[in-house]
Amino acid sequence: MNLNLTLIAQALAFAGLIWLIATVVWPPLLKAIEERQQKIAEGLAAADRAKADLAAADQRVEEEIKAARSKAAEILDRAHAQANQILDKAKADALAEAVRQKAAAEAEIGSMLQSARENLRTQLGGLAVLGAEKIVRREIDAAAHRALIEELASEI
Amino acid sequence: MAAHGELTPTSYIQHHLQNLTAQVGEGSFMTLHVDTLVTSLVMGLLVVMLFWLGTRKATAGVPGKWQAFVEIMLEFVDKQARDTYHGASKLVTPIAITLFFWILLMNMLKFIPADFIAVPLSWVGVEYWKPVPTADVNATLGLSISVFFLMLFFALRSKGLGGFTKEFLTAPFGKWMMPFNLILNIVEWLSKPISLAMRLFGNMFGGEIVFLLIWVLGGAGLLGLLGGATFGLGWMIFHLLVIPLQAFIFMMLSIVYLSLSEDSH
Repeated sequence: MNLNLTLIAQALAFAGLIWLIATVVWPPLLKAIEERQQKIAEGLAAADRAKADLAAADQRVEEEIKAARSKAAEILDRAHAQANQILDKAKADALAEAVRQKAAAEAEIGSMLQSARENLRTQLGGLAVLGAEKIVRREIDAAAHRALIEELASEI
Repeated sequence: MAAHGELTPTSYIQHHLQNLTAQVGEGSFMTLHVDTLVTSLVMGLLVVMLFWLGTRKATAGVPGKWQAFVEIMLEFVDKQARDTYHGASKLVTPIAITLFFWILLMNMLKFIPADFIAVPLSWVGVEYWKPVPTADVNATLGLSISVFFLMLFFALRSKGLGGFTKEFLTAPFGKWMMPFNLILNIVEWLSKPISLAMRLFGNMFGGEIVFLLIWVLGGAGLLGLLGGATFGLGWMIFHLLVIPLQAFIFMMLSIVYLSLSEDSH
């Protein structure tokens, strides 16, 4: 095989072709490849993000439910306590009222007893004086012996 | 080439269009084109290896650059096959991928200037070496005959032997025109693989001859060197378009033919 200028012409053309491929054909191809990679990466990232979001939402719902439940329990407790409180107060009020009424009744009874006793005493004093008058009408002056009769009456 | 006498444009071109042959039997049919066989096999293995490299560490996550490239390519061919072929066979996409990438790689050998391959090989004693297998009608006919048998296989599978025979005899003119139908169908069936093979061969062989003419110009003095380099580059740029296009046409037509052979008239 003779070596001649043909080889150089071919080398020049080939170099030109390689340069063209490197500058014109290759970059768009590489760009397409990288775009595809990026698209896939973005898709995967989005899927991961959605999964994480879902998990977070689930967690939040769980927490909300828990909070609502505890709040309901708390309200229920408070209602119970309030009911008990009202009941206790009513009981205490009733008891106090009863005591008060009893005391009033007792006081009334006491005062009536006192007045009855007073009444009885004066009537008894009068009766004793009357009796004594009938027995010793002539010698005993009612006015002169009142002090003695009163003393008697208070001893009864 | 010193052994073959003086270098003339004619001898240069003829030399480069000569296949390396090996006689395996009596007669001119029983020869093998060693260069066509070796290069096409190497290119086929290269396709397999490149895709294997791309899919070996294939991941469902973010693909590497090579995997992304292989994916883009396969998706492109798969889309074409799906758009064109509506049958049930899952074999069509692999066939299309094989045809497209094998032919593409074989065609792409054309970018390498002829003497870049011929000269080093002549140093080790290989006198003839035609580097582009698809510029050899044996290779393209081999491919298209394979497609032809696939067409037969697809037709027989979808219609059965009876249905296929009946259609061969009665379509498209009805049963009273049976002889015409027969002739028409034979021509139709034979023309498909031949047109497939000839289209690819013609484009590649013609391109090759123009390249060789340009290189002859490149050997003719300093002005020729400039002209040869310029025209050579221009013709290469043109082939940037022609080479994928021819591979694509071969693939698309094969899919169309397979699809047609499965459809009933």
